[in-house]
Amino acid sequence: MSTIETAEPTRRDFLFIATGAVAAVGVAAAAWPFIDQMNPDASALALASIEVDVSAIAEGQSITAKWRGKPIFIRNRTAAEIEEAKAVPMSDLKDTSARNPNIGADADASNENRSASGNEAFLVMIGVCTHLGCVPLGQSGDYHGWFCPCHGSHYDTAGRIRKGPAPENLYIPPYQFVSDTTIKIG
Amino acid sequence: MSGHSTFQPKNRVVKWIEERLPVFSLMHGQFIAFPTPKNLNYWWTFGGILSVMLVVQIVTGIVLVMHYAPSTQIAFGSIEHIMRDVNWGWLLRYLHSNGASMFFIAVYIHIFRGLYYGSYKSPREILWILGVVIYLVMMATGFMGYVLPWGQMSFWGATVITNLFSAIPLVGETIVTWLWGGFSVDNPTLNRFFSLHYLLPFVLAAVVGLHVWALHVVGQNNPAGVEPKSAKDTVPFTPFATLKDGFGIIVFMIFYAWFVFYLPNYLGHPDNYTLADPLKTPAHIVPEWYYLPFYAILRAIPDKLGGVIAMFAAILVLFFLPWLDTSKVRSTRYRPLYKQFFWVLVVVSVLLGWLGAKPAEGIYVILARICTVYYFAHFLVILPLLGLIEKPKPLPASISEAVLAKHKGGAGAASAAASAPETRG
Repeated sequence: MSTIETAEPTRRDFLFIATGAVAAVGVAAAAWPFIDQMNPDASALALASIEVDVSAIAEGQSITAKWRGKPIFIRNRTAAEIEEAKAVPMSDLKDTSARNPNIGADADASNENRSASGNEAFLVMIGVCTHLGCVPLGQSGDYHGWFCPCHGSHYDTAGRIRKGPAPENLYIPPYQFVSDTTIKIG
Repeated sequence: MSGHSTFQPKNRVVKWIEERLPVFSLMHGQFIAFPTPKNLNYWWTFGGILSVMLVVQIVTGIVLVMHYAPSTQIAFGSIEHIMRDVNWGWLLRYLHSNGASMFFIAVYIHIFRGLYYGSYKSPREILWILGVVIYLVMMATGFMGYVLPWGQMSFWGATVITNLFSAIPLVGETIVTWLWGGFSVDNPTLNRFFSLHYLLPFVLAAVVGLHVWALHVVGQNNPAGVEPKSAKDTVPFTPFATLKDGFGIIVFMIFYAWFVFYLPNYLGHPDNYTLADPLKTPAHIVPEWYYLPFYAILRAIPDKLGGVIAMFAAILVLFFLPWLDTSKVRSTRYRPLYKQFFWVLVVVSVLLGWLGAKPAEGIYVILARICTVYYFAHFLVILPLLGLIEKPKPLPASISEAVLAKHKGGAGAASAAASAPETRG
């Protein structure tokens, strides 16, 4: 039954493969809008920035602002907290990246790189645990910083991960002091 | 086993339809004349119970959607509206929310029955794999359904579970943002979960169809674990299996009704009667009880990616079970060593569930680690080795012989059967 005469590709073989290829590309192209519609829409992307008045935050106090649906911790740290954060050697840290988009990506997680530039008392962070996204509790845990009740991650007074399942330091949002008393986040 | 139906239509209309679409002979062949092993015990009624629960969930779900609104602004309120204003709303919602738990109770019994009697072994591998797929789809459906009331547990459960995907290297964050449709769990997330929660039960129904199809190709396993050899070993599905299933379903419905009417919130969390607050995580968040063993495994590993991998692996390992168990003997009745390990696995699984609800600290973490190691060792070490080491008891020549030996108190197989707890009448 089988002969070598059919081994040579024919025009029909070419047409079959070409038709199949066009169909496959067409299906892939048509699928994309159905996949991409799930990405953040224009209104979510309209990168809302917020301005927060921090003049009323006394030393040792914190407020929580809401930005992009997430809590932002703004804390005016006490001198003791700052000293505690400064005293930690880099080698003790689980994550040595500053996680601060306001400075270079290769900056280390020193207290200086984590706090607001020119105002080291202020710590501004996204209050979302880098483990599975819960909101950590302030001024608690083994390192006097933040403690996530969900799965037991401990952060220090500069928001750096010290113990528990979270892999990274608490993220710092893009922000700047637009005046002495106002922070613009986003 | 699927065999040919002996169905002979007498009615002219039935005959006319039958010649064009043989649906009557199909139903007759599969659900009336279908040969069923005559020794099936009540653990075999859970397949029927699960079918009923799927229908209950779909019917109650469809009517709840007539009153529910998937928007972060009004979802929480619309649940209270269902509870207080809608005619019978309280009943429909409690049937649905407790129905999910009943569905999982039944599926866990069904799975452990399969493990006990070796129902995953050749030629039932595809049947078993389809069952694991059903279980996965059930978990996805249950998770998304729990998000819909938009309470605190809904919100934070959704946040934690979707964040599991952030553990994937490189693309994790992109995937999570894509799942959310934003930068946190919010209205787009609720809307898509609602859409998928409505879709998945029908996917479930389709996979259940394949599961039943596969079952009817290879035939049912049975407590003796030997294939039917003659017509004496089987009885027709109707009335024997239909009515035995029917009795099992009625008893299960009484159990279900006890929860719906007397303990409707026992399996839920009070925190979910608090409106979702994106700025405050409840002090103690736990998933629904049916995910707790896997949650305990997630928390037992002190590494984010490692924990997520272990959790998914705990389910995925079930796909490979037919090839991990090297023993040719199906029923645990004839496997004296496996019987002990089976019960250890049951205890470890229940213990993991209990640990999943405890805080992740101290002795609980240590116990969870021991149980996690044992869980994987059961499938990856114990089962492959046991098939080589264990000397099984002599198998009965047929189902009839096993049944007769049990009831006439004969030697050999009889003592084995008598010691099996599942056969106590």
